[in-house]
Amino acid sequence: MDMDWMAWTAPTAIFFLCIALMLAGMTVWEVVSPTVEAKGLLPMRTTRGDRLFIGLLGSAFIHLGWLAATDASLWGASAVSLVWIALVIRFG
Amino acid sequence: MDKVQDNRAWFLIIPVFLIVAFSAVIPLMTVVNYSVQEIFGPGQTFFVGTEWFEAVLKDDRLHDALVRQIIYSLAVLAIEIPLGIVIALGMPGGRSAKTSLTLVLLALPLLIPFNVVGTIWQIFGRGDIGLLGATFRAIGIDYNYTNNSAHAWLTVLVMDVWHWTSLVALLCYAGLQSIPPAFYQAAKIDGASKWAVFRYIQLPKMRGVLIIAVLLRFMDSFMIYTEPFVLTGGGPGNSTTFLSQYLTQMAVGQFDIGKAAAFSIVYFLIVLLFSFIFYTIITRTGEGEKK
Repeated sequence: MDMDWMAWTAPTAIFFLCIALMLAGMTVWEVVSPTVEAKGLLPMRTTRGDRLFIGLLGSAFIHLGWLAATDASLWGASAVSLVWIALVIRFG
Repeated sequence: MDKVQDNRAWFLIIPVFLIVAFSAVIPLMTVVNYSVQEIFGPGQTFFVGTEWFEAVLKDDRLHDALVRQIIYSLAVLAIEIPLGIVIALGMPGGRSAKTSLTLVLLALPLLIPFNVVGTIWQIFGRGDIGLLGATFRAIGIDYNYTNNSAHAWLTVLVMDVWHWTSLVALLCYAGLQSIPPAFYQAAKIDGASKWAVFRYIQLPKMRGVLIIAVLLRFMDSFMIYTEPFVLTGGGPGNSTTFLSQYLTQMAVGQFDIGKAAAFSIVYFLIVLLFSFIFYTIITRTGEGEKK
């Protein structure tokens, strides 16, 4: 199938592959060990999926903020985002 | 008898999944791909990394449009929500011809297409042939929405109020109608004032529909495009250019596809953030009511 119209690039393909793997992993995790709503540091009760969503949305804004505020390498924002996602999933 | 574990119903969501993938997910993925490239034409693309995102995030016109958009959406909420509540409180209750007539009249603005609303107000506000413009001129106010930013803003705002307050009123009316008469009887026995009835019976009972109204009106006004485009074209200057219109100018007017794609993603993330916040508030409010 011709996918030229989607204008794929290697970085965006890797990005979407990571998202797809993350969703697949979460699905398997859910089947193996169903999530239980819990209240942590976030102001509401959340499931594992909620926390992943909050983590990813927050990461997007961390990257945007980084781009707007500094000229330093974007890998810095990615490192901060990884810590943020880990914290939200573990303690959120 | 034990329930039979059967997960075949999951197959029923395949059509929805395919439709969402075709109409939303794949286009969104394409936009993400475009946002990291300079697009000269089909097959003529060059990877530019995060250049477009940096350009968008440091674009003063975009900042102005975002501030304008937030002020506009908050103004819409500040006017339409209280006004909708007041109209709903004043509407006749029960099943009567008066009620039916009121409901039909309120529903009328909601049935008019967006571009027609813009055209109606464009003519309505004109000083030479429009009733509103001519009235202002007759009483000595030099009203002109085409060259005065304040007048343009007020006209766009009033147009939105005219178009959408009915929705808030109808939602609130539905909320009010669901209150059992026993609540009012108890309030009457206690000698409660009108304000007390509103504050402690009607407002709490309308909370659910009010949150839906706030969510709908905020999201709609945050993505407004057609009405201001038809009425003022974003002017005078850029005074009524909101995010959607700026995005369209970039994508269609300047054919700056890469930058417009980056802008679309930032816009999408802002809308997603607000939606999530409102969704959380709605969910938490529901939890509160159950307790």
